[in-house]
Amino acid sequence: MSAQVQILFKNSTKKNSHTLKVHKEGGGYKQVEKAFGLSTEDIIDEVKRSGIRGRGGAGFPAGLKWSFIPKDNSRDKYLVCNADEGEPGTCKDRDIIRYVPHQLIEGMIIAAYAVGAERGYIYIRGEFVREAEILQKAIDEAYKEGYLGENILDKGIRFDLAIHRGAGAYVCGEETGLLESLEGKKGQPRVKPPFPANIGLWGGPTVINNVETLAAVPAIIEKGGEWYGKLGVEKSSGTKLFSISGHVNKPGNYEVELGIPMKTLIEEYAGGVRGGWDNLKGIIPGGASSAILPKEVCETVTMDYDAIAKAGSMLGSGAVVVIDKSVCIVKAVERLSRFYRHESCGQCTPCREGTGWMSQIMTRIEAGGGVEGDIELLGSICGNISGKTICALGDAAVGPIAGSIKAFREEYLYHVEHGRCMVG
Amino acid sequence: MSEMQEDTNTERPQFSADALKQVDEIFSRYPKERRASALMPVLHLAQSEFGGWLSRQTLDYVAEVVGVAPIRCYEVATFYTMYNLKPVGKYHVQVCTNISCWLCDSETIVSSLEEKLQAKVGSTTSDNRFTLSAVECLGACINAPMMQVNDDYFENLTADRVAEIIDRLP
Ligand code: FES
Repeated sequence: MSAQVQILFKNSTKKNSHTLKVHKEGGGYKQVEKAFGLSTEDIIDEVKRSGIRGRGGAGFPAGLKWSFIPKDNSRDKYLVCNADEGEPGTCKDRDIIRYVPHQLIEGMIIAAYAVGAERGYIYIRGEFVREAEILQKAIDEAYKEGYLGENILDKGIRFDLAIHRGAGAYVCGEETGLLESLEGKKGQPRVKPPFPANIGLWGGPTVINNVETLAAVPAIIEKGGEWYGKLGVEKSSGTKLFSISGHVNKPGNYEVELGIPMKTLIEEYAGGVRGGWDNLKGIIPGGASSAILPKEVCETVTMDYDAIAKAGSMLGSGAVVVIDKSVCIVKAVERLSRFYRHESCGQCTPCREGTGWMSQIMTRIEAGGGVEGDIELLGSICGNISGKTICALGDAAVGPIAGSIKAFREEYLYHVEHGRCMVG
Repeated sequence: MSEMQEDTNTERPQFSADALKQVDEIFSRYPKERRASALMPVLHLAQSEFGGWLSRQTLDYVAEVVGVAPIRCYEVATFYTMYNLKPVGKYHVQVCTNISCWLCDSETIVSSLEEKLQAKVGSTTSDNRFTLSAVECLGACINAPMMQVNDDYFENLTADRVAEIIDRLP
């Protein structure tokens, strides 16, 4: 197994890695000092140069996002960290929060300084009660040591940071749904534009970044954007955490450079497919919303934004779900279709109604009651949701269904014709 | 859609002095003119203070404490799944049945819990000790299958371990 550069998990296996003391022993909080000696433009340029793309799922360049914050806007600006980790298969942010919370806080202090935000929030999913406790302790420590508050390091720079716990709604992982939730409302996403960079939290310019993105910032400041940009491959720079779950021998969160062959990731890091590589049926590469890739594609595809997109799926949050040959694809997708039906916020008709219809049809096919034309019907509903909703949840619901029909059509046909699955 | 339920106890809910201190701390996290943001955390607090669920009376009380219209509070409480709108048992056992856990046989975990607790998914045991729910991904997929009991995660489950965990609960 080739040794990989560790940025996010560099210190995560140390004893008491979650404490400020251990974080500082590993060089932590030095980058706050360094960043405060730079101009805000220089920091944003450095992050741009790194090429780091948002690690939450959308993959938008983080430096560019920061640069959209208007300088001449007199309203208070905000920095929000998205820790609502809810994409099925994803559990990487949880480990950053549990093991290296100060790295996230340090990244947030730098980001807040760069965009001119004096207040920030970490929106953490409600079920992560223990994780929120660890994070709160870390925030308290950072306040005590003068890394947070009204006069950080006596430099006259202010940044206040608080946790806001969610309460169980997948849609709040969408950035404007999250903002609504932070304002004490139902988490129904907003129409864009305006984008949060102009009108975000309480109407102020707001940057929203994923945990993993922000936790990478200190290393970018320390070693430079150019250094970071050289890791990984073109247009997919840096390292990424992959949560590998399902039918592998060693499920886990692995930090590797982007662009690693998928097969290497599974075979060398995650201990291989249960029953051997030939027992593989397909892999969901980037969380439940990304289309499943059949084994032939998994043989050669690399784990970077462009390659996965070219293969017809998306890198998403980096949640790699491995599915072996014992699994009926129709049944797996039926399970996912119920998830999207449950999580649709109900705001847009195509998604609210469409997720319900898709799930009913999937359940019907799975139960052996599928009728001729069902597959086409699913395809037509997919077409009527995709691109026709305010947020990406509609497309997320379409992803697994459209993708699996494309890659595993014969399993659907068999199901409809014979009233049962092809496998067992 | 979840329905709100009345509390049969007619006494008006009232936070303890200690809980009120926590409410103040919650308010301090947001700008003064943005108190409505405190709604979600105060609902979480109310749920833990008033027996693990939010009755219609409690929702009215929370609305008053936060200073928002009751309808705002109802809206939020009914939107998010973690707010329980009917009573739950002393232990809320929530088994993840989403994709990664399902691939790692969460079905066995669900059925062994049903047998162990003598309760079906979605129900509460007659002694009010356990409520069993099947839930969506809880973000611990690499340690599937898993479940949450009140605030704690239990991961890498097997049928035997599940029985052991349940037996050990005080
Ligand atoms: S699928 Fe069960 S915790 Fe994510």
